[in-house]
Amino acid sequence: MRQRLAGHSVPFLPPGMVSGFEFQEKHMFGDRQFAEGRMFAFPSHYLKGDGFMDAEITLRVDGEEHRLTVDTRTTILDALRESIGNTSPKKGCDHGQCGACTVLLDGRRVNSCLTLAVAHDGAEVTTSEGLSENGELHPMHRSFMEHDAFQCGYCTPGQIVSAVGMLDEVEAGWTSHATEDGENVSLSDEEIRERMSGNLCRCAAYANMLPAIKEVSDR
Amino acid sequence: MKPYRYERAEDISGAISALADEPEGAFLGGGTNIVDLMKLGVSTPDVLVDVRRLMSDDIEETEDGGVRIGAAVPNSDLAADPTIRTRYPALSEALLSGASGQLRNMATTGGNFLQRTRCVYFQDTTTPCNKREPGSGCSALDGYNKNHAILGSSEHCVATHPSDMAVAMAALDAFVVTHGPNGERRIPIEELHRLPGDEPERDTILEHGELITAVELPPMGFSSNSKYRKVRERASYAFALVSVAAAMDVEDGVVRDVRVALGGVAHKPWRATKVEEALRGEPVSEENFRAAAEIELSEAEPLSENAYKVPLARNVMVRTLSDLSGEGR
Amino acid sequence: MTATQAPGKSVGAPISRVEGHLKVRGAATYAYEHRLDEPAYLHPLQSTIANGRVAKIDASRAEAEPGVVAVLTHENAPKLEAVGDAELEILQNGEVGFRGQFIGAVIADTFEAARYAAGLVEIEYEERETDADFRPDRDDLYTPEQLNAGFEPDTSVGDVDGALASAAVKFDATYTTPREHNNPMEPHSSIAVWDEGELTLYESTQGVYWTQNTIAPLFGLDAEKVHVISPHVGGGFGSKGLPHANVVLAALAAMLVEGRPVKFALTRHMMFSVAGYRTPTIQRIRLGADAEGKLSAICNDVVEQTSKIKEFAEQTGTSARMMYDSSNIQTTHLLAALDVAVPSWLRAPGEAPGMFALESAMDEMAIECDLDPVEFRIMNEPEKDLESGLPFSSRGLVACLREGAERFGWDGRNPTPRSERDGRWLVGTGVASSVYPVFSMGGNAATIRADSDGKYVVEIGAADIGTGTWTTLGQIAADELGVSFEDVEMKIGDTKFPNASGAGGSSGITSWGSTLVEAARSLREKIEAEHGGNIPDEGVEASAKMPKNPHRKEYAMYAFGAHFVEARVDEDTGEVRVPRMTSVFAAGRIINAKTARSQFMGGMVMGLSAALHEESVLDTRFGHVVNHDFAEYHIPTNADVGELDISWIEEDDPYVNPMGSKGIGEIGIVGSAAAVANAVYHATGTRVRELPITPDKLIS
Repeated sequence: MRQRLAGHSVPFLPPGMVSGFEFQEKHMFGDRQFAEGRMFAFPSHYLKGDGFMDAEITLRVDGEEHRLTVDTRTTILDALRESIGNTSPKKGCDHGQCGACTVLLDGRRVNSCLTLAVAHDGAEVTTSEGLSENGELHPMHRSFMEHDAFQCGYCTPGQIVSAVGMLDEVEAGWTSHATEDGENVSLSDEEIRERMSGNLCRCAAYANMLPAIKEVSDR
Repeated sequence: MKPYRYERAEDISGAISALADEPEGAFLGGGTNIVDLMKLGVSTPDVLVDVRRLMSDDIEETEDGGVRIGAAVPNSDLAADPTIRTRYPALSEALLSGASGQLRNMATTGGNFLQRTRCVYFQDTTTPCNKREPGSGCSALDGYNKNHAILGSSEHCVATHPSDMAVAMAALDAFVVTHGPNGERRIPIEELHRLPGDEPERDTILEHGELITAVELPPMGFSSNSKYRKVRERASYAFALVSVAAAMDVEDGVVRDVRVALGGVAHKPWRATKVEEALRGEPVSEENFRAAAEIELSEAEPLSENAYKVPLARNVMVRTLSDLSGEGR
Repeated sequence: MTATQAPGKSVGAPISRVEGHLKVRGAATYAYEHRLDEPAYLHPLQSTIANGRVAKIDASRAEAEPGVVAVLTHENAPKLEAVGDAELEILQNGEVGFRGQFIGAVIADTFEAARYAAGLVEIEYEERETDADFRPDRDDLYTPEQLNAGFEPDTSVGDVDGALASAAVKFDATYTTPREHNNPMEPHSSIAVWDEGELTLYESTQGVYWTQNTIAPLFGLDAEKVHVISPHVGGGFGSKGLPHANVVLAALAAMLVEGRPVKFALTRHMMFSVAGYRTPTIQRIRLGADAEGKLSAICNDVVEQTSKIKEFAEQTGTSARMMYDSSNIQTTHLLAALDVAVPSWLRAPGEAPGMFALESAMDEMAIECDLDPVEFRIMNEPEKDLESGLPFSSRGLVACLREGAERFGWDGRNPTPRSERDGRWLVGTGVASSVYPVFSMGGNAATIRADSDGKYVVEIGAADIGTGTWTTLGQIAADELGVSFEDVEMKIGDTKFPNASGAGGSSGITSWGSTLVEAARSLREKIEAEHGGNIPDEGVEASAKMPKNPHRKEYAMYAFGAHFVEARVDEDTGEVRVPRMTSVFAAGRIINAKTARSQFMGGMVMGLSAALHEESVLDTRFGHVVNHDFAEYHIPTNADVGELDISWIEEDDPYVNPMGSKGIGEIGIVGSAAAVANAVYHATGTRVRELPITPDKLIS
C-alpha cells in the first residue's frame, strides 16, 4: 500500500477508494451515476461542451474547496495559477525538470506541472501559501528568510513545499540515494542535498537552504 | 497539447476495452512522461484512459518466495519498501538514483518501464526522427549523440532507454504481467523492450491497449547482494550516461552466479549475458571482471560523440562487480 | 528576523530581505502573476528554418480552433518604427534570420488553446543555406568596431611578439568556452495591455526604464506612454537586461486585441532561442616570462560568435589587459557572424570566459615556471592599471589570495598532480583570481519624502532581480538620512518612480545608491534650510539626480577576488565533485552582509556550473540549440554544491562612490570555473581546456 507520511492529515486516496480489480462494470461514461463514495464516479460535466474536453472538478487548495471547470489539458499548476489565482507554485520549466511547481498533492510532494487536473478530482493540494497557519508563517518559511535561502524567490515556494514534504519522507523512514545506513535514516547534509535536488535554484541559494532546512528538522 | 478525452474505467478490462477502438488512445498512469510528451507535441493521444487507480499499489511476497509489485505502486514506495531494500537492493538503489523525490512520488512502477527515450531529436518535433515519425530520418546519427547508444542500435535509431528501474529489473530477472485485448501474459523484462531495428517507433513488444498490471520479482538467493551504480553528469536529477545493475553469488572466491544489466548504452536495458557467461565459475578478480566486460563491449559501435561510453561502461562494470565480490577498493 | 538597526548603522548589517515574507509564501507578484480581467494568452510561432523567409502562412485551422482570438503574423502585424534593431523589429516582413525567431503568434482565451492552435498554423518557407558553423578558421571573421560596454576590440602595448620570442619560459594554448544560456528560473514573461495609445507592460526585467526606452521608440511612442511594472523578478543574470523580442511580440499581439491584457511567458525551450546567451569563445593565450617567473608578455586572441542580424561582441579579452604586470600586452577580438540567435549578456560578459582562459593559463604557466600558483600571481601584481595608465582606486587581489590561502589551507600543497587519493577519488586543489570593473550607469534620479511621523518613502525605478535591492537601498537611504532602517520604505520596480538604470554590470548599487545619497542629502538640507530642522506636518520631499563621480578620471576601479577549490575526480568514471570552495573578495564596503554573501555565492556556483555542466549544443545542420531544456542542459542541483566558505576583506575605497561599495553581482563567477579546472588538473594530471569538464573528457 502507499505509505502514509507523518505530518499531514491528508488521506492519499479519497475515502471509498478501493484498489484492485473488483469492479465488474466494463466501461463507463460521465453521465453515469455511481454509488456515493465510489471514487470512480467521474466528473459529472464530463460530456459538457464541444469535444468533451472540459470537466468540472473539485480541488481542495490550502484548505479551501474550489469547484472549477477545467480543460482536460490543464495541469494542476495552471489550474492553480490561472483559474484559482493561487500563484504560489511557479512555472519554471513546465516539464518536471525544475521543481518550481512543487505542491503537496494529497500529502506528497509532486510536480504540479505534470499533474493533470482532471485526473485529480477531489484532491487536496497544499502550496507554500497554505503552509501558513492562521496567518503565521510556517517554521520553514521563517528559516528560509533567516538564512537567506533564496535570492530572486521564484523557485522558493517550491523549495519550501519540497522541504516540508521531504521531512515527512525522512520521518517515514524512506531512504535516499545518499543514505548510508538504511536502518537508521538520519538527516545528514548529504541527505538534505540529495533529497532537495529535485528543486533547481539558478541563484544557487542551495548552501543557505541546507542550514535553513536543518534548523527546522532539528526542532 | 492536442485536445483529448479523459476517461476513467471501472476496472482493468474496462480500461482495455476503452482503448480497443481508440488507435490513438493511451493509458495514463503517473503521467510524468506522457504529459511531458503531450506538451511537446510528441504524443498526441485522442483519449487518455486513467488507469492509476485501477491497479494494485501493493507489494506482496509471493508463495514461491518472490515479490509481486502492483503496477500502480509509486516509485517512492517501491524504493522505500523494506523487502525490496533488503532482498533487492539494486532495485531500490536504481529507483532512488532516478529523477527526483517529486517525480518518484508520481511515477508508477508500470509507467516507469514505458518511459520514452530522452533523445533530443525525438523530443523536438521540428527535427527528423524515425522513432517519432518513421521514415523521416535519424538526426542523432550525425548530430548530437553524446548520450546515445553504443550497443544494439540500428541505422534508424540510436536512442537509449532512460529508465534506471528497468535496468535493475532486467538484472533481477523480473517479469511484467500484462493484460491486453488478447488476455494476460507474463513477459521477462529482457523481452519487454525492443532494439530499434527497422521499427524504432516501437519501444516495447506490448500491443496497443496492453496494460502492465504488475511486476514479479522471482526469488533469487543472491539478489540481496546486488547493486546499482549510475554515472551521470551531475550529482543528482540527471539521466545516466551509463549505469550498471548487478547481482552476484560468490562462494570461496568463485563466482557461482551473476546477473549484470547496463543502462544508458542501448535502446533497452541491456542484459550483459556475455559478462554473466564469462564469469560463472570463474575466480573473483578484477582482471576477470575486466576481461568479461570487454567481451560484452567488443560489439560496441560508438557514434561520433559517445566513444567514451565504452571505457566508462567497462570501468563501471568492473567496479560494481568488484564491490559485490568484496574485492572493491 | 530583521533586527532593528540603530539610526545610521544599517549599512553593513546582515538584514534579512524585506520582501522575504512574500517570496517564501509565493505571494510576491512576478510579471505573469498580476491579476487582470479577461487576459488572453499568447503562444508564439517560431521559425523552423535558420535563414530564409516565410513564403506562405495559413492560419485558418488555428483560427477555427475553439478559444482562439487572433493569429498574428507578418501579414497582419502592426507596423513598428525602424530603429535599426533586427532582433526586435519582428513580423515586419517574412524574413528569418535564425531558427526559433518569432514569426507570429496565436492569441487565445486559454493557455492550452493558444499552445495547441500554434501548432495548427501551416507555414511554408523559402529556405536559404544555413551557416551556423562556428570555427576559428573561417575566412570571414571580422573585427567589430567596439566591444560590449564600449571597450576597444584590439589593444597592444609594447612588443608582444618580440617579448615572446625572447622569453625564457613560453606558453601558448587555446581554450574554448561553450555557448551558455542564462536560464533564470522565472522565464521571461510579460503582460501587455494597450489603453488609448498607451502601453502597460507587466514585465520581468532588470530595468523598467531600459524596457521603456527600448520599447517606446519601436512603437513610435514617447517614453512616458510606456508604463513598465516589475516589482519582483525571478532572476535574470543578464538575459532580462536588454529587452528581447518576446516583449515586442506581446505588445504587438495586445494591439490586435486592444484593451485586453495579453499574457506571454517563454517556455523553457524558448529560453534557448530568443532570450540571449553567452557567445561561445575560442581564446588563444600566449604568455612569456623570464627565468624567475616575471611575466614579459600577455596575449589573448579571441574568436567568438555573433548573429548575422544583430551584433553582440563580448569583451572576452579585456581582463588580460589589466590583470597582471607585463610590459607587453596584446588582445584581439574577431567575430564570426552566423545564422544564429542573438547573443547577449550573461553574468560577467567578457570576464567570465576571459578569466577562465587567462586563469587556466596562469596555472599552467606557474607550473612551467615551477612556481606556486598563488605566489606566481602575487609576483606579477601590477602597480597600476596598464590599460588606462591610472592608479587603482584600490586593488585587493593580493590580500584575497593570501587570506584565501590561509582559510583554505593552501600552504604545504604538493604541486604534483595525482599526488592525493581517497579511495577511487583523485583529489586536487586549484586557485584562480577574479576581477570585475566598478561600472556606473547614468540617468538616475530619486525622490525621498519625509512624513511628520518620521517615516520616509524612497522612490527610484530600480530593480531587484534577487540582488537584494529592496533591502540594500533602504539601508543606504536610512544611513544617509540618519534614521533607522525600519523608518524607510522603498519603492522600486516601476516607471512611475524616478528614472533609473537597470541591474546590470554590477552597477546597480553604485548608480542607485549614489543617487539616493544625493537625494537624502538634499532632503536633509531642505528640512534644515526651509523647515528649521523639523519635518512639517504636510511632509516634505526632495529629488536628486546621480552626481558625477570626479574620481572616475583619476582612478581605475575594480573589485577583485580569489577562489580556492578542492575537486575530486572519480578515477573510473570521470565524475567530478567539488566538496569545498573558499572565496575571498575585495569589493569595497559591503552594504548587507547577508545578501552580499548570497550574491557572491550565486556567482561562485554559476562558475562551478560553467566548469562542470553548462553547454548549449548547437546543431549546425538546423541552427538551433538542441539540448534546450533542464533535463539536457544541466545547472547544478543542491547535491552538486558542497561547503562554500565566503568572506571579504575590509576595503576602504573613498573613490568608487559615496558608499565606498563595489558591485558584487558578477565578481563571484569570474575565475570560479578556472579554479575548478585547475583543481581537476591537479587531481588528475589531465588539463581540460574546453569547458565544460564532463566525464567524457576525463575517462580513459
